[in-house]
Amino acid sequence: MKRLISEATGMVIGDPEAERSVPPTGFTARLTVFTAAAMAFLSVFALALSLATDRLADQWASELAQTSTIRISAPAEQAEAQVAAALRVLETTPGVASARALTDAEQRELLAPWFGPDLPVDRLPIPRLIEVVETSDGFDTTGLRARLQAEVPGAILDDHTRWREPLVDAASRLRLLGWIAIALIIGATGTMITLAAQSALAANAQVIRVMRLVGAEDGYIARAFVRRFTLRALAGALIGAILAGVAILTLPSADTTGGFLTGLGFRGIEWLWLLAIPVLIGVVAFFATRAAALRVLREQS
Amino acid sequence: MIELEDVAYSYGGAELFSGLSLKLAPGSFHFLTGPSGAGKTTLLKLCYGELLATSGHVMLFEQDAARLDRDQVAMMRRRIGVVHQDCQFLDHLTMRDNVALPLTVSGRSSAFSADLDDLLAWVGLRRQADQLPPQLSGGERQRAALARAVIMSPDVIIADEPTGNIDWEMSQRLLSLLIELNKMGKTILVATHDLNLIRAAKSQVSSRVLRLKDRQLQQAGAEL
Repeated sequence: MKRLISEATGMVIGDPEAERSVPPTGFTARLTVFTAAAMAFLSVFALALSLATDRLADQWASELAQTSTIRISAPAEQAEAQVAAALRVLETTPGVASARALTDAEQRELLAPWFGPDLPVDRLPIPRLIEVVETSDGFDTTGLRARLQAEVPGAILDDHTRWREPLVDAASRLRLLGWIAIALIIGATGTMITLAAQSALAANAQVIRVMRLVGAEDGYIARAFVRRFTLRALAGALIGAILAGVAILTLPSADTTGGFLTGLGFRGIEWLWLLAIPVLIGVVAFFATRAAALRVLREQS
Repeated sequence: MIELEDVAYSYGGAELFSGLSLKLAPGSFHFLTGPSGAGKTTLLKLCYGELLATSGHVMLFEQDAARLDRDQVAMMRRRIGVVHQDCQFLDHLTMRDNVALPLTVSGRSSAFSADLDDLLAWVGLRRQADQLPPQLSGGERQRAALARAVIMSPDVIIADEPTGNIDWEMSQRLLSLLIELNKMGKTILVATHDLNLIRAAKSQVSSRVLRLKDRQLQQAGAEL
């Protein structure tokens, strides 16, 4: 571990003499920079997707989890009495912060998207709705259902569980997929950089032979390659992350009607992820190149 | 310094040599000769730890070469200067940087910069210091290889056919440099099939000639 830290420090500080021993190779340099840039670009989008679903899941969970609805289906002449009875039950139920019956205007507004604004709510057998807001502790759903059944036969308690759970579940899975995508992208980046490093090492077999002949230790030879590939990967990843950041900025901003797609992006401190991704790719490149270099040097000895 | 005891080496199932013993004492000068394919280069590689013997013991500075890890072998190489027939330079670096490479890899480059200029002057390459290896002639490259081999002030200098690609005059010049190094106390082992070079050396320095033939190492000399 100490040796790794020392190597990593050495890489950051740099050893230009060691690096100069290896001739610059155009093809592997371009390949590494391009791969790192492309992977960073994809990582940023996968991360944005994951964060957006995270926010959405939280939003759905918190908005729907704190409220419930009581639906009262009763003949018109009994409806008001049952609403009043239900409200009395709710007033004495622990865990209920507030409860109120929706007005005709509010019910009309709720139905307007489907039936238009002129729906005669008062003349139709539409159930009356009571909105219940819970305290942070919540109420005992089973107990409340039992009391409502006894005292308000036409009342049905809907705590939104059947709506909320599939949505939250879907959002959670989408978030998980986002993280899996990031892990795969990082893994693919490591693989590509390993292949590029191996190619560079094979192309420089003569250089390695000469360096060994004059007494270079494996660590010294590896450092020359590791530093070069790590810095290339870091530079490529920075370019990719910046381009992805710009692309995300050009997306339409989040609004209430746009829903999920317009919420794709970063908010506030989340923008720091744009810096974290190149660093992560740099770290992956460091370990991938180091492992490849030491393996090749072992095989060539 | 370097000692081979009852050493055998096989490659691809075929035995190149066996029962071979050799001792390079400090300050000695050895020539190794023999027909092509006899295993001279292999024997030299055993002497600087690039190859491991199939059996027997190779002692490098009183350490068993078979027990050294790769980094320890690298440290040993800093005490053994090697000159190859094909020189082996890094073509993208100047001759100055190539000659200084042993210093660079051991982290001592700046401390020896004055010595580097002196060394280049000694092998007559001061003017060519900033040229790239492909721009130099065969003889110049051989002298540069010798300069690189001695820059760490090694105890032993091993040269594999150092005059193979150069004319007689340049061979003489290279030989003079090797003899000079030997007089400074360096141990020299030169593999060559150039008998004229050996004859020229014998008139200037006390040397031992070994002949690798029929898988055995024999003392030669009477016929030279």
